[in-house]
Amino acid sequence: MTNTLRNIFAKTRQEKRAAFIPYVMLGYPNEAASVAMAKAMADAGADIIELGAPFSDPLADGATIQKASQRALENGITMRKYFQMAEQIAAQTKIPLVMMGYYNPLLRMGLDTAMRLAANSGICGCIIPDLPVEESAAVIDTGRPYAIAPIFLAAPSSSDRRLKAIGAAAQSADSGFIYCVSLNGVTGARTALSEDLPQFMQRVHIAAPNIPLCVGFGISKPEHAAFAARYADGVIVGSALMNAYDEAGSAQGSASAGVLAQQMRAAAVTQ
Amino acid sequence: MIQSTKKSQEYPNAAGRFGSFGGTFAPESLMFALELLESEYLAARQDPLFQQQLDDLLKNFVGRETPLYYARNLSEHFGAKIYLKREDLAHTGAHKINNAIGQALLTKRMGKQRVIAETGAGQHGVATAAACALLGLECVIYMGVEDIRRQTLNAFRIRLMGADIRAVESGSKTLKDAINEAMRDWVTNVQTTHYLIGSAVGPHPFPRIVRDFQSVIGTEARRQILAAEGRLPDKVIACVGGGSNAIGIFHPFIDDTAVELIGVEAGGSGPEPGHNAASLTYGSPGALHGSYSYVLQNDDGQILETQSISAGLDYPGVGPEHSMLKETGRARYTTIEDGPALAAFQALCRMEGIIPALESAHAIAELFALHKNGEMRAGEIIIVNLSGRGDKDMNTAAAALDVSL
Repeated sequence: MTNTLRNIFAKTRQEKRAAFIPYVMLGYPNEAASVAMAKAMADAGADIIELGAPFSDPLADGATIQKASQRALENGITMRKYFQMAEQIAAQTKIPLVMMGYYNPLLRMGLDTAMRLAANSGICGCIIPDLPVEESAAVIDTGRPYAIAPIFLAAPSSSDRRLKAIGAAAQSADSGFIYCVSLNGVTGARTALSEDLPQFMQRVHIAAPNIPLCVGFGISKPEHAAFAARYADGVIVGSALMNAYDEAGSAQGSASAGVLAQQMRAAAVTQ
Repeated sequence: MIQSTKKSQEYPNAAGRFGSFGGTFAPESLMFALELLESEYLAARQDPLFQQQLDDLLKNFVGRETPLYYARNLSEHFGAKIYLKREDLAHTGAHKINNAIGQALLTKRMGKQRVIAETGAGQHGVATAAACALLGLECVIYMGVEDIRRQTLNAFRIRLMGADIRAVESGSKTLKDAINEAMRDWVTNVQTTHYLIGSAVGPHPFPRIVRDFQSVIGTEARRQILAAEGRLPDKVIACVGGGSNAIGIFHPFIDDTAVELIGVEAGGSGPEPGHNAASLTYGSPGALHGSYSYVLQNDDGQILETQSISAGLDYPGVGPEHSMLKETGRARYTTIEDGPALAAFQALCRMEGIIPALESAHAIAELFALHKNGEMRAGEIIIVNLSGRGDKDMNTAAAALDVSL
C-alpha cells in the first residue's frame, strides 16, 4: 500500500536520515543470486527495495543495467517469474517492494493482471520509466483497487509547469514518492553528482510540497548518498551496487554489495 | 501552409494519438524537448520564411520534384499502367532527405547545434549527415555494427560528410538498437541536441512531423498522376519498415477513398517469430520507442529480433499512423519475403534499367504478387513508391546472388 511507503519516510525522517533504496535486477546474474542480493540489501538496512524487471530495450538505462537486463532475459525471467520471485523476497525480508520496469511487458500481460500479481507479491508501487504523467491514467486507475500507485519521475529538464503536473498526479494517485532523476541521462554509476541538484530538488519540492522526494541515477559512493540526503527523503542506488557485486565475483558479490549498501545507508543522514 | 478540413488532417489529436495508437511513452527527461519541438514545429508551419527556406532546399539541394515515371516495360508485362515515384533520384539516394532537411531546419530554429540520428540501411544517416553539413550542424549517427557491415558504403559516405558514426554493439546490433542508443544520447544531451528521427515512429510529435515532411512525395505524385492520366490511381504501393516513405505517399491520398493503399512489409525468411520484420502482419499492439503501435513481441512483451535482406526494413515496430490505417482498413498491409524481393530487384534492373534499393524492391515485388494472384485489373493505374536507389546494396545483392565482387 502507498501508505506503507509514506510510513517508511515518516519513520526515516524521525531517525534524521534518508530512506535507503537499493535496486536489484531480478534474474541477474541468476534467479537465486538475485534473491540472495535482495536479502543482502535487507540485511544492510534497506528501507525499501526496488526490484528491476528486465526488458529487451531499456532505453533509459546505462551499460550496467542493460547488461543485467539482457542476462536476466537469457535466464528466462518472465513477468510471472518476476512476481514469484518478488513474493519470495517479500516473505524473506518483510521490506516494502517497488517494481521498476518498462511499460510494454505490463501492457502485454494486461495491466489488471500485472497489478493484481504485483499486489499479491508484496509490491506497493511501480516505477515505469517510459510512462510520463500524460500517459499514466490507465496505470493509476488499474492500480488503485490494488493499492499500487505509479511513482513518477521528475528530471532536471522538466519545466516548472511539468513538475506541477507531476506533483498533482502523484498527489491524486497517492504515489509513495517522486523519483527525482539527479541528472539528464541514463542510469549508471558516475564519479560526481550534479552541483545543480539542490536547486532542482528545491523546484520539485515547491511543485510537490507534500510528497516524499527520492533521488536516483548516478548515486555511486557514500559521499553522493550523504549529499543527496540533505535534499531528499530517500536515495536510490542501483548500478553502483551491481558493479560492486560484479567486481567481487558471484561467490562474494552479495557480501561486497552489502558492505557498500551499509556505507551508503550510514552516510545518508539528514542531520 | 494551406489549412485543410480533410479527415486525414485530424490526426494526430492533441495527445499525439492516431486513434488508439501513438502517444508519448518517453522518459520524463525528454518531455521538455518534445514539447519544445512541437511548439517550434507548429510555429514553423505558420512561418512563410521557414516554408520558403524548405521549398528552396527541396528544389535546389534535393532536386525536387522527383519524376513520376511511366514504366513502359513493367506496364506491358502486367497489362496495367505502372508509374514509379522516383524518390531514388532525390539527393543522397532516397526519400529520407525530405525529412532530414526539414528537421535540420527545425534544429536551427530551436537554437540547437548538435544533431543525432539512428540509421539502419544508412540512407537516413547519409541524408542527415548531408543536411547537417549543409547547415553547419554537428552530427552523430548511431548505427548497428551488423548494419555497418552490410552497408559499408553508406557508413563511409556518412563519415565523408563530416559526421561521426557510433557503432552500436547492443542487442541485435541493428536499427532497433541504434534507436535505443540514440535515445540514451538524447536523454543525456537533451538541452543541446536534437534527435532527428528518420522514420514516422517515436514519441509524439515525431510521427506527425516526419509524415508532414514526407507528404511532399504523395502531394507531388497526386498532382503528377492527375496531369498524366487525368484521374487518380487505383492503387498506391510502398514498402513499410518504420513506414516513412509509405506514409509520405499514402497521406495525400487518404481522403481519396477509391485509391487502394498497400503497404508491403519485410517477410524475411518466413512467418516464424524472429524471421521477419512484419510488425503489422505478425505483430500486436505494444509500446516501443515512445509510441503505442504494432510491434513484434513475444508473449512476455519482450521485443523480438527481426530479419530481412533489407537493413532499412529490419525493424520490429512501425509508425502509429500505419497501425491506425490498418485498424480502420483504409490501408492494407502485406508481406514480401527475401527471395521475391531479390527477384523483383533483378527484374527492375533488367526491365527498366533502374537499380532499386532492396527496401523498395519489396514494393516492386508486390506488383508481381498482385499479378500472380489475379488482383491486378487490366489497364488499372498503379503508383509504386520507389523510395531509394540500390547503389548501397551491391554487396548484399552480390552475396545473395552468389557473385563475388
